[in-house]
Amino acid sequence: MIRVILPHHLRTLAQVRNDVELDVQGPVTQHSVLDALEARYPMLRGTIRDQVTGQRRPFLRFFACEEDLSHEPPDAPLPDAVASGAEPLVILGAIAGG
Amino acid sequence: MSQVRVLVGTRKGAFILTSDGKREQWEVSGPHFAGWEIYHLKGSPADPNRLYASQSSGWFGQIIQRSDDGGKTWYQPGTPAGEPTASGPPKSASNKFAYDASASPLTTHQWYDGTQHPWEFKRVWHLEPSLTDPETVYAGVEDAALFRSTDGGENWKELPGLRGHGTGPKWQPGAGGMCLHTIILDPNSRTPETQRIWIAISAAGAFRTDDGGKTWKPINRGLHSLYIPDPTAEIGHCVHHVAMNPKRPGVLFMQKHWDVMRSDDAGDNWKEVSGNLPTDFGFVIDVHAHEPETIYVVPIKSDSEHFVPDGKLRVYRSRTGGNEWEALTKGLPQRDCYVNVLRDAMAVDSLDKCGVYFGTSGGQVYASADAGDSWNPIVRDLPGVLSVEVQTLA
Repeated sequence: MIRVILPHHLRTLAQVRNDVELDVQGPVTQHSVLDALEARYPMLRGTIRDQVTGQRRPFLRFFACEEDLSHEPPDAPLPDAVASGAEPLVILGAIAGG
Repeated sequence: MSQVRVLVGTRKGAFILTSDGKREQWEVSGPHFAGWEIYHLKGSPADPNRLYASQSSGWFGQIIQRSDDGGKTWYQPGTPAGEPTASGPPKSASNKFAYDASASPLTTHQWYDGTQHPWEFKRVWHLEPSLTDPETVYAGVEDAALFRSTDGGENWKELPGLRGHGTGPKWQPGAGGMCLHTIILDPNSRTPETQRIWIAISAAGAFRTDDGGKTWKPINRGLHSLYIPDPTAEIGHCVHHVAMNPKRPGVLFMQKHWDVMRSDDAGDNWKEVSGNLPTDFGFVIDVHAHEPETIYVVPIKSDSEHFVPDGKLRVYRSRTGGNEWEALTKGLPQRDCYVNVLRDAMAVDSLDKCGVYFGTSGGQVYASADAGDSWNPIVRDLPGVLSVEVQTLA
């Protein structure tokens, strides 16, 4: 199972309290994880990547295994530790405030 | 016993304020969608329990919310409340606002620096439910365009004739963005195909369709704007808001960037009615529910000082359709007050006497149960108010 950590507001929208666990078919990439996330939680469609362009929203970034994966190609494999479920994929919002 | 429901959109959530017809005691519910900007929420005239809300965020983009029980519970259309989430085919995309590419060759508008810039969807500023069908709702968006849903907000289609009618490449954003913020539906239109709609865009101006949104024309004759190269140009005017009494659809009132205007011919021609206002800059304008020549504005000091003049919060009322204005101050702060009232943040109920409501950038929502003669705050300390709408319930 792939684990995904969502920002607070997206957990509220998806009506989940903790990490999200997803079954991902085929290669584990940003693209396939987000597809699985949006299929299971359709209310999140458009909130992480633009509905029309598919681009990651500019105030969000993707981290895993203490690395910033935000600028990796969407179809690049995620680290093995994410694919095995040992480490989560973290979707993080930019800090608000001053 | 009549009831009034006031729908308040703020910078950090939505609030619903309810009272009986006396409008003295209020119940406050919220925040709904805590932490999100709620640019607008509005009820269907055909089904008062059907509400639509525009929820947005700089982080997570646009969400459309819908309630079928008067705001007690909400859900994203296509994702019914309580439905177990499961894998499977994608649900409908209630927050998918895709510009219609068939509006070719129009793909850009003017940017602040005069260059051309592609249309980019940012958010929904205004939701206008159909007068007769709860499932039909219009959305005015930034970058300026008009969308319509006929399935309760599940799917949205642009009415591309507006962007595509010819002047689109000359439209440019105001400081707040290039937003379509005003949508008025003519109650006298008999069929969807002949629906007359007025819309307004900052800073392109006002436009009208007489055929349900297929074709549009600018209606800005008589506007005079010193901040554009040709002050009387066909488009480019920063219209802040337009209001109409539904019992007299040919008569429109406009708060422009500067100038309060009226039209007696459905927008074909405008004349200034600022008269004795202390300043004719402002955002809101509204019309009394029963007296179509009684109108309300809240003058703001200037385009760079977005607060009320002299530290006094004053609503100005004209009972003569403009030109002659009286300050309404009873119950409103008359010293050290520096709030703004945004374009969608005033509304009227249809009780007798007409109730008037407005919200401020300081988070106060004021109500008058006597057509503006006196005011009371319903709430004083909400987040900054973006919009106020009222439902009068039987």
